Amino acid sequence: MLNNLMHILFVPEVTLAILAVACLMYGLFSKNNSFNKATNFATLSLLFVTVLIFFDFSTKFALFDSFFSNTQFTKFFKILTTLGAAISLIISKNYFIDSKINKFEIPTLLLFSTLGMLIMISSKNLMIMYLAIELQSLSLYVVASIKRNSIESAESGVKYFILGALSSGILLYGFSLVYGFTGHTSFEGITNSLVEIDNLPIGLIFGLVFVLVGLAFKVSAVPFHMWTPDVYEGAPTSITAFFAIVPKLAAIALIFRFCLEPFGKFYFEWTQVIFFLSIASMFLGAIAAIAQKNLKRLLAYSSIGHVGYVLIALVSVSDQGLKSASIYMFIYLVMNIAVFSIILSLKKSDAYVEKISSLSGLSKSNPVISASLAIIMLSMAGIPPFIGFFGKLYVFIAAIESQLYILAVLGVLASVISAFYYLRIIKGMYFDESDDNQTFEFTISSESKVILSVLMILITFFILYPSLLIDAVSSISL
Amino acid sequence: MTEMPLLSLTIFLPLLGALVILLIKEDENSVNNIKKVALWTSIGVFLLSLLIWLQFDNNNGSYQFEEKFRWFNDFNFYFHIGIDGISLFMVILSTFLTPLCILASWESIKKRVKEYMIAFLFLETVMIGMFASVDILLFYIFFEAVLIPMYLIIGIWGGERRIYASFKFFLYTLLGSVLMLIAIVVIYRLTDSMSIETLQGNYFTKNIQIYLWLAFFASFAVKIPMWPFHTWLPDAHVEAPTAGSVILAGVLLKMGGYGFIRFSLGMLPEASNYFSPLIMTLSIVAVVYTSLVALAQTDIKKLIAYSSVAHMGLVTIGIFLVNSQGLEGAMIQMISHGVVSGALFLCVGVIYDRMHTRDINFYGGLVNRMPIYATVFMIFMLGSVGLPGTSGFIGEFLVIVGAFQYSSIVVIGAATGIVLSAVYMLYLYKRIIFGVMTNEKLTEILDLDNREKIILIPLAIAVIFIGIFPNIFIEPMRLPIESIISNYESANAK
Repeated sequence: MLNNLMHILFVPEVTLAILAVACLMYGLFSKNNSFNKATNFATLSLLFVTVLIFFDFSTKFALFDSFFSNTQFTKFFKILTTLGAAISLIISKNYFIDSKINKFEIPTLLLFSTLGMLIMISSKNLMIMYLAIELQSLSLYVVASIKRNSIESAESGVKYFILGALSSGILLYGFSLVYGFTGHTSFEGITNSLVEIDNLPIGLIFGLVFVLVGLAFKVSAVPFHMWTPDVYEGAPTSITAFFAIVPKLAAIALIFRFCLEPFGKFYFEWTQVIFFLSIASMFLGAIAAIAQKNLKRLLAYSSIGHVGYVLIALVSVSDQGLKSASIYMFIYLVMNIAVFSIILSLKKSDAYVEKISSLSGLSKSNPVISASLAIIMLSMAGIPPFIGFFGKLYVFIAAIESQLYILAVLGVLASVISAFYYLRIIKGMYFDESDDNQTFEFTISSESKVILSVLMILITFFILYPSLLIDAVSSISL
Repeated sequence: MTEMPLLSLTIFLPLLGALVILLIKEDENSVNNIKKVALWTSIGVFLLSLLIWLQFDNNNGSYQFEEKFRWFNDFNFYFHIGIDGISLFMVILSTFLTPLCILASWESIKKRVKEYMIAFLFLETVMIGMFASVDILLFYIFFEAVLIPMYLIIGIWGGERRIYASFKFFLYTLLGSVLMLIAIVVIYRLTDSMSIETLQGNYFTKNIQIYLWLAFFASFAVKIPMWPFHTWLPDAHVEAPTAGSVILAGVLLKMGGYGFIRFSLGMLPEASNYFSPLIMTLSIVAVVYTSLVALAQTDIKKLIAYSSVAHMGLVTIGIFLVNSQGLEGAMIQMISHGVVSGALFLCVGVIYDRMHTRDINFYGGLVNRMPIYATVFMIFMLGSVGLPGTSGFIGEFLVIVGAFQYSSIVVIGAATGIVLSAVYMLYLYKRIIFGVMTNEKLTEILDLDNREKIILIPLAIAVIFIGIFPNIFIEPMRLPIESIISNYESANAK
């Protein structure tokens, strides 16, 4: 009995829940410097949970068994999520302190949100799924508007909340339809009740589409992307970094599992929806980003575009698709952490750089930083030999293996359009002469410096030993 | 000596040089060191490539100096490099031009010398690697990676409209090459192999070949460039710094021709046969039309850029004749054009460095002040026209001879282009070099200094050497070309 209890305590989700509450208490009762302490505590907790997930403290208990799935796929995404959350806390710590939004609630809320994401990734039941989504979203609504005295931050929080609530409503309605037509909320129950049906009843199709719409909102796929640029721009950059890096992982994992597990048999129905979402996201992400002047808005559209590519892997409905999506999301994570760790540390005349035009002259004053940023941009555009190319390559391999030629061709065409705005950032740094004499200031903590260097090495030299990542995902299956 | 990975060494030595430069801090005193490191590295690479040529076995039609490592664990992608008679001279062309380019930039590049040299050495690695790849994915990675240094070279050190030109160059060529990526993945799915060597043959049904061919065509036709996909070239050439233009015309355009021979002819023979009338038509239009356009230019660089398109039109004619004269002619024409057009751009660079204009009307009567310059310029001009005894003649002659077996209409088109090339080149030469010096600003102009002589004289020697001893260059490529032709004929005979 005691032994069992100890085991339960070391289930990653349980541990994280306890640690999140502990973090809240720790922040609340520490007299001074509470933000610093809570952040360090949260970072360590996340790293600890990562270790737990890595060593597979599984959730095979009677209570949880039908609610949670624990596979290589969920494990991979959970590790990425907790690591991403930990790293995004590390790289944004200085920014929080510097812009005086050093409240200990932030790391606490982010812990709760990460907890929600872990449950999202694993959930095997519509109800758990909904609760997890709400847990992570509610925490994120609050942190988006954490900078109370800034109009933009408040606006972004309210926008995010209203649209998020709407999408949750749609999602819930979809769940209720699915439940109504199958009589089950668990994935297995739904699968079993669909075994003998050849054509989905119309009500169930409605339910499926509603759920997909709700999930598309969470991954910010076009046309449910409207909140993304505004929230990215309005929220403090450190929060934007978290938004860009972590929740996407969980939402992508969830949409993959929801489509492939209970409805895997009826892929013909949902691939049509995802097909459209994918094309629309790739092209809108590429075209709308061209007109952006704000770096954060641009990255928002860039992330919309990236989601489009991952969805190609979903449409391919194959094991290769799962692998490709895992590789793509890993690479997405690496590139985004790298770019945000630079943006979060780069100041020009005492203000953080947010405009693309204010990057001009960076290559003169900070050659190393601008070279890194240029490499990241080329990598995001998918230009070999950098890491981003391999993400795209794997997605296209998955697409071609499932004979999705049109999707692959449209994908590469969109990548050419998107190359334009990535190049524009390089142009800003290298080609434009700066007309003002303001100097850049690059202040970075030593931890983030280490992270940035490691990531830059990974981005640049991944080509030398790609098998490192590929072996890690080789056994992935649902 | 044979155990040494000579080819990898040739490919990655420039990167090593770039790394050394990266560690040097750029200031007043070290700028010269940076240049010297770059120069000596590239000379070392050139010597290594000559060593490869010396050890090259002409009687072996397959890849030599092969190196092969497993690269991806889940797919059959290998780091597989090797050299055969077709790629040998492309590699040597790259290694030959790079030191000259670095030397040519000695004085004219004044800002960001460190980044410039790194970009050039990176470019050299990528060019050699591309020609030496035996794995298609490796080829593709090098093929696209070329865009990065070239984009920076045009964009940072280019002329007034450099930003427009660099974006146009990058996006245009990227658009072409991404379609090739899809074709490569399709090939892999169908055959489970990525080796250029094993895929030589006729492994696909005609229907699939046609789609694959079109995808490859999109990238190579933009790169070489064929009319009507050539519009990026004049902009890129005009705005690029001199050395950038040299590499662009000398090596990067050859990537297209090389790709046509390796991929279109070697892997997709039936589709190549099916599309050869299209290629011939576009090439003849290119040869005639761009020659006429060249005639109307007032910017020297633009004129040479258009002449490149015309000369490349002859190359594509030669390639898609698919007979030994045509292919050998196309190869020699590519080598010759690499040397000649590179040299012509360097010649333009010489007077541009002095007068800072490329307007033809500004010049005139240079022979009075610059006799040595006039002489070397004449050699290159005649090489471009194709005078017997120069390298240009061999290529053009072989292509015309080969074309007779194909169709006399093609011969007429090609010959018209050659005549027109004489017209615009001689006209250019007359306006710049001959006549009375009317422009007062020109009276103080100096003849070639020693550095410029060191750059231009080897090129002049190469032009004449290739023209007199073409067999040295044709001999190594004979066997691989024969195997391509026999494969092509057996595929289309059935």
